[in-house]
Amino acid sequence: MSVVQMMKTEPSVDETKVTKEEDFQPTFLDLTGVSIEFPTKKGAFKALDNVNLKIAKGEFISIIGHSGCGKSTVLNIVAGLYKATTGGVILNGKEVDEPGPDRAVVFQNHSLLPWLTCYQNVEIAVKAIFKKKKTKREMKEWIEHNLHLVHMDHAMHKYPAEISGGMKQRVGIARALAMEPTVLLMDEPFGALDALTRAHLQDSVMEIQSDLNNTVIMITHDVDEAVLLSDKIVMMTNGPAASVGEILKVELERPRNRLELANDPQYNKYRAEVLKFLYERQRRPQE
Amino acid sequence: MKTKIINTLEMTGLSWMVPVVRLSTGENPREQLSEIMTVIGLPLLAIAAFLFLWAGAASQVKTSLGELPGPSQVWEQTQGLYEEHVAEREKEEAFYERQEERNAKKLAINPDAEIKVREYTGRDTFFDQIWTSLGTVFTGFLIGALIAIPIGVACGLSDKLYGAISPLVQIFKPVSPLAWLPIVTMVVSAVYISDDPMFEKSFITSAITVTLCSLWPTLINTAVAVASIDKDLINVGRVIRLHWVTQVFKIAIPASLPMIFTGLRISLGIGWMVLIAAEMLAQNPGLGKFVWDEFQNGSSDSLGRIMVAVLAIGLIGFLLDWLMLTLQKVLSHDKNAGR
Repeated sequence: MSVVQMMKTEPSVDETKVTKEEDFQPTFLDLTGVSIEFPTKKGAFKALDNVNLKIAKGEFISIIGHSGCGKSTVLNIVAGLYKATTGGVILNGKEVDEPGPDRAVVFQNHSLLPWLTCYQNVEIAVKAIFKKKKTKREMKEWIEHNLHLVHMDHAMHKYPAEISGGMKQRVGIARALAMEPTVLLMDEPFGALDALTRAHLQDSVMEIQSDLNNTVIMITHDVDEAVLLSDKIVMMTNGPAASVGEILKVELERPRNRLELANDPQYNKYRAEVLKFLYERQRRPQE
Repeated sequence: MKTKIINTLEMTGLSWMVPVVRLSTGENPREQLSEIMTVIGLPLLAIAAFLFLWAGAASQVKTSLGELPGPSQVWEQTQGLYEEHVAEREKEEAFYERQEERNAKKLAINPDAEIKVREYTGRDTFFDQIWTSLGTVFTGFLIGALIAIPIGVACGLSDKLYGAISPLVQIFKPVSPLAWLPIVTMVVSAVYISDDPMFEKSFITSAITVTLCSLWPTLINTAVAVASIDKDLINVGRVIRLHWVTQVFKIAIPASLPMIFTGLRISLGIGWMVLIAAEMLAQNPGLGKFVWDEFQNGSSDSLGRIMVAVLAIGLIGFLLDWLMLTLQKVLSHDKNAGR
């Protein structure tokens, strides 16, 4: 009996309607019993407690929750930047124990090196990763191709200080995509942008996603963004010792159009569900 | 063209020239003139007021060497020093000419004659002393930077190393150059022994004294800068799995360059101050010795000449700082440094 069949026959632990069908897809990225403690002056602080998550190849996952609930910590563990105290992450059959370009990260504040141009910022990654695999010319084409993907080819020789916040984030995405990651990790990629720029970049990400069909984990605190972009929304409980509260499967046709979806009852239902989770069940005690 | 000139001027810290350039291209004359008044006119006014006060106050002070020199006497002395310098150069040229003639004659009479080439041993003029001092300060400063930056980077990368050497740094940092000087002099005389020395002992002594005092600001600034680099920038390096050496050279050092340069600027400033004091005390050639010699000389010109040296020291210190700032703007990504 194969693993898949086994999973099918086993009753799901979580009885919410959303977790049933996902077991049909083979797991690509597997977080099992992930807990993490940070040492502080007052003793160990348990940020995450028993986080379990199974992600299939090509899925777009959003992790949503109140600030301070450890969303970013989950991402950093997958990236290999933090080490889980117990439990672990298995990607494509291999345990994650250090950072690597197969799990490229788009950082919240773009994190471009300010002394390099946009082109050079992508180049430093490409050169490090494809040192012996690509010729100089291939590297150049690959860098330009990725900057073109995020519509930044017109400003690729500018310095980060000379371009807008949205453009910087685009370059950050290009740098991550250029690493040819098996999983793309985005840590509140649009959090610091104004609403219009954010909408623009979300459209770009959807467009790129339909081309490349990457596996993506995105941290967000924006309900609309989560519903619009994701295949699944992972809702986290409040910290400390945060865990996965619920997983909502978003089954909206792609390509998705934000204007058409605005009046879509299904879209609004998903939206309401996330809002309910965040503001009823996981209402912060002080609010 | 115009924007290019303006950018260069701003880059080199000559932004007070900008309205002049704008005015010369006929850009809104009224606004530019008022701008010129504030950026050039006001400082000039302040200088004029200072000269006036100086002239008035100086004539009131009577010393054993006569009245304290006012601006005009100092200007006279400046010219005097320059003439002395020119005269000394002429003497030197004449000396070499005579020597060559003499040798040529000797060779004409007897082709196998032993000819002697002697170095000119005239006394150093004020301008020679300036060059000596500049050479010494840069040597000491560069040695200091070459020691301080690598140690600083290492300390920034490793908390443990920083913790280990921090007490030493704290103890040696406040030590005055004059306290170091006797030890450095003795050590140099003991260690630097050679029949044909490449450098003068006094030069080495002064340079090492400068190094010992100018080391610390660069070291501390580098360590703090490297330790406080944005974590995400480091994470970028980790994600693309840069080798740690590459990580240091491609991410850590460029990211901390603005602060390293601030440290270097402070170091060079301290080095310049320390050097003058060291030269005075140790009688090593340079501006400090010039001041001391004039003081011992005690002629009626001495105070004026010392005043020239004081102003020159200040001006050179200012130029050194300007040089470092310009270098910083050209080399590091922080184009707004020092504003």
